[in-house]
Amino acid sequence: MSELLISETELVQPAGSEPDAAATAPRRGASARALAALRGAVRRPSLTLAVLAILLVLVWAVAPGLFTHWDPLVGDVSDRLQGPSVQHVFGTDNLGRDLWARVVYGAADSLASTALAVALALVVGSFFGLIAGFVRGWVDDAIMRVMDVVLAIPSVLLSLAIITALGFGTVNVAIAVGFASAASFARVMRSEVISISTALYVEAARASGVRWYTVLRRHVLPNSLGPVLALSALEFGTAVLAISSLSFLGFGAPPPAPEWGALISEGRNYLAIAWWLTTFPGLVIVAIVLAANRISHAVEKNGGTR
Amino acid sequence: MSAETDPYEPLLTVRGLRVAYETARRRVEAVRGVDFELARGEVVAIVGESGSGKTTTAQAVIHLLDPAARVTAEELVFDGSSLSDLSRGQWREVRGARIGLIPQDPVVSLDPVKKIGEQVAEALRVHRLAGRRQAAARAVELLELAGLSEPALRAQQFPHQLSGGMKQRALIAAALAPEPELIIADEPTSALDVTVQKQILDHLTALVRERGTAVLLITHDLAVAADRADRILVMHDGEIVERGTAAEVLQRPRHPYTQTLVAAAPALVSSRLTPSVAVGERVVPDASAGAPAETLLSARGLVKDFAVPGRGRLRAVDGVSFEIGRGETFALVGESGSGKSTTARLVARLETATAGTLALGGEDYTHRRGEELRRLRRRFQLVYQNPYASLDPRFTVAEAIDEPLRAYGAPPSERAARVAELLDRVALPAAFASRRPAELSGGQRQRVAIARALALAPELVILDEAVSALDVSVQAQILQLLADLQAEFGLAYLFITHDLAVVRQIADRVGVMQAGRLVETGTTSQILETPGDDYTRRLIEAIPGSAPWFLPAAGPSRVF
Amino acid sequence: MIRYLIRRVLQGVFVLWAAYTLSFLILYLLPGDAATVAAAGGGDASSVDPALVVRLRHEYGLDEPLWLQYLHALGRALTGNFGDNVQTGQPALQAVVRVLPNTLELAAAALVLAIVIGFLVAIASTFPRAAWIRQLLAGLPPIGAAVPVFWIGLLLLQAFSFHLRWFPSLGDQGLRSLVLPAVTLSVPTGAYIAQLLARSLRLTLGRPYIEQVRAKGASEARVHFAHALRNAVLPTLTMVGVLVGNLLAGTVVTETVFSRTGVGRLVVQAVGDRDLPVVQVVVVFAAVAFVVSSLVVDLLYPFVDRRITLGRTAVAAA
Repeated sequence: MSELLISETELVQPAGSEPDAAATAPRRGASARALAALRGAVRRPSLTLAVLAILLVLVWAVAPGLFTHWDPLVGDVSDRLQGPSVQHVFGTDNLGRDLWARVVYGAADSLASTALAVALALVVGSFFGLIAGFVRGWVDDAIMRVMDVVLAIPSVLLSLAIITALGFGTVNVAIAVGFASAASFARVMRSEVISISTALYVEAARASGVRWYTVLRRHVLPNSLGPVLALSALEFGTAVLAISSLSFLGFGAPPPAPEWGALISEGRNYLAIAWWLTTFPGLVIVAIVLAANRISHAVEKNGGTR
Repeated sequence: MSAETDPYEPLLTVRGLRVAYETARRRVEAVRGVDFELARGEVVAIVGESGSGKTTTAQAVIHLLDPAARVTAEELVFDGSSLSDLSRGQWREVRGARIGLIPQDPVVSLDPVKKIGEQVAEALRVHRLAGRRQAAARAVELLELAGLSEPALRAQQFPHQLSGGMKQRALIAAALAPEPELIIADEPTSALDVTVQKQILDHLTALVRERGTAVLLITHDLAVAADRADRILVMHDGEIVERGTAAEVLQRPRHPYTQTLVAAAPALVSSRLTPSVAVGERVVPDASAGAPAETLLSARGLVKDFAVPGRGRLRAVDGVSFEIGRGETFALVGESGSGKSTTARLVARLETATAGTLALGGEDYTHRRGEELRRLRRRFQLVYQNPYASLDPRFTVAEAIDEPLRAYGAPPSERAARVAELLDRVALPAAFASRRPAELSGGQRQRVAIARALALAPELVILDEAVSALDVSVQAQILQLLADLQAEFGLAYLFITHDLAVVRQIADRVGVMQAGRLVETGTTSQILETPGDDYTRRLIEAIPGSAPWFLPAAGPSRVF
Repeated sequence: MIRYLIRRVLQGVFVLWAAYTLSFLILYLLPGDAATVAAAGGGDASSVDPALVVRLRHEYGLDEPLWLQYLHALGRALTGNFGDNVQTGQPALQAVVRVLPNTLELAAAALVLAIVIGFLVAIASTFPRAAWIRQLLAGLPPIGAAVPVFWIGLLLLQAFSFHLRWFPSLGDQGLRSLVLPAVTLSVPTGAYIAQLLARSLRLTLGRPYIEQVRAKGASEARVHFAHALRNAVLPTLTMVGVLVGNLLAGTVVTETVFSRTGVGRLVVQAVGDRDLPVVQVVVVFAAVAFVVSSLVVDLLYPFVDRRITLGRTAVAAA
């Protein structure tokens, strides 16, 4: 699209600028490595916290019953709209349902659609990015022009258009978000593949007679995976936001389902009298997005070389 | 600071200087107790290889180290007053005004969005030495003084419109502008071509001598130091291991490290390397016989054009012809942009020639493609300049060396044995097989790259600036290794380099390239002793090491 | 210069055409028969009058071959006819244009706020000497980017409308009703600008030419404002097209939360009613916004970065 010389890629720091630092690093055994990992966890508390947060939410999704004895769908109307207490840590809603239980049970739906969206974007985007970056020429031009156009349309609008066509529901929302974010995967994958295909070690491999498909399999794919994984983590956060926005707008799961965005939407009607109904589910979303971004950052830093 | 100046008092006194970097994991001492003095108007060079602590020392003197660095010094005195406990504000008054800095790489050291004139004037403006208009006028004078043609025009230009050499002149102008007493020049010309390097160093030396400015010259190049400095300090591992006048250091080095450095410096070595061990007779007859016995590679009239968007076509290689005999080393020498690397890539068939022919052992391969070309590839292999980029960071050493064997379908059992043998040939311990490139030093990586190139037992190895990125002592080891391998396997080398001094150590015959053309070809001694072409002569003259004490006390006479 | 301009405008036209085509493909090709859905009006599709469906199919031209449908639709779109609003029968383009000023007002206010916030936070997270202040401020933008827009809106409503009663909770009359929506909308964009600029600033501050400025004895303020900032802004500028897109996308949620009239709320209604023409017009409008803002930035760029001349990238003199 742009004719300009300075692109965002200039912001990316060159990796591996520390030549001899690791030269003296001793080889370690498995137990020592575990100890080192533990020490690393202590040294990076925010990363540890992020991983723990994601793990916790995953467990919510798999076994919500472990965290609450309240029913997420049925409540006692006499308990309606109660503030946070020891009984109901997040308070109750207008039907007397325990909000904490609804948040915990909602994890399954929210995470499943997020995972579907990211997986879809990853598979579709990386596939086209890989083709474009490795084949180059007119194939590259054609694919990337399409991706440019997709990127020119805000992803929320693109998702809305897809939902208009497909209809409402959790799965459709996930598909819409997934397709709308495929373009950024395509772009990252393509630029990685190009930068690695033109890397000296790839040329060296071809110069020493390695066939192109072996080069693709042994050099290009493994080395471009790091940034794509980092993007996946980042897109996980973005997808949580997008999906909760769409379900907030009412395009996701139908009412009784405790999907996070829908929870906030329900709380909207009691904004003046029950602050907890919007505040707590929102905090959970923020925590998860922050955790995903933190993990993405860590993956990006490691560059996936190890 | 002190008003009166005692001519006998040193301008700069450094005693017990230590610099340590502390990270969460460990503490690295980059400078470990350095003492030296610098008199007014004196030029002192600190010579050392990468990691020796020479740049860190210089940065400590001008207080521009990374905040993570811990600097301690028993004494750090400049012009009679201590620099140790200056505030940030006081440092700003010293920096630029009294101690100037000429940086390593001029290309990245000028603000890309500001005019050259503004950036020179800024050196005056920040110290309030001139008003806006006055500073602008002075900037033009300074640019002229620094040897820039059309200084008024240059002042109005932006950095990208100037060449590397011109940029360095502008930076020299900015450094000299406030008339500092001391200038720190950190590898001021190592990013530039040799001929430009000489002009700029000549000019800088003249300017500082004229003004009585003291210079602390940081360089990796012993020859540059010897040519320019009154005294030389040799740094190794954060310590000064040797000090003295250029003549003393070069002719009677006392410390073992200095001895290896002097022995390794290519400009000082006077003859072709011979194989270090008795590995049998060299396959090639002596080079003085002129044309080689049996031609391995023959390049005829090679032309390569590149399309430049908006500017038509650029001819990078223009009618280059040469031959390489079996077991012979042919060196292609030239400055950046001369087309030497493109020629190497044409020979390696990483690029396809626009015109001309290439033949290996009489077989034309100029336009071979696909599987045919791949089968031919095992006969010529390539070693790159940058050993950091030419090895896949994910591959272990063994996997990297094994890769070509695997590609040509050698049975796994043989491959393991061959990898072990190759590691041994390039003098790497067998334990290195499981390491990754990040765990190796530059020289070790280059050995791995050489082992990979040898894996298929090629007849021709193309070495594209293969030793240029290495420190001199490592460079000497790799060159020796190449000489040994050549003798052992009867390899032919196409050796691409910008460094004429290295050529003398490795090449049998030399071709000199300029602007895409091969201006002169001949045996190494012909080219270096009786160059026929003007450009070749200029290249030879520009090689640092012209000072008289370069003549080795005893040994074969030098040729330039 | 003129040739460059023509080429850029043609590129923009291409993007618009592609955006139109893409939205056509999505809206009219994906499973889910537009006519059935429109006839059901968002209700249960099984209880639809078949005759109505047939009539609508014909009206939409859905009984024609696909390529003909597309060409007809494209031809009509070129004359400004994207089809009619399903509910009101009003032309879709007109429906969007009528509420556009409201949205532009909101987006402009948010953009100004976002730029101010973004620059302040970015500079404040690189300039101060105390490392803890820098780290603290550097932590803000990631949080801003992780917060759902609708949630910010609701929190602001809770605090400033229901408790403090400073601002109205809904409506689009007057400046006071603009404050909360604009603040809400500026948070993600401001966080984005701050992140981009701070990262760029930190990188720029590590460049050799900055050290060279310090070596001249320049103050940190001079280093920052006379050199680093100008260089660091450049990569941020190229992202303006994306920023504008983000802002537009943000209005979808913001206008819904604050019940403001505007394109965002209109498109939400249109999705609910499965009003294909309106959705398509909004998608094309977003592409127009992207194309125009990118073009403006490209034309302004050479004035900020003198290495760039229009239509040609800089090649350093060898």
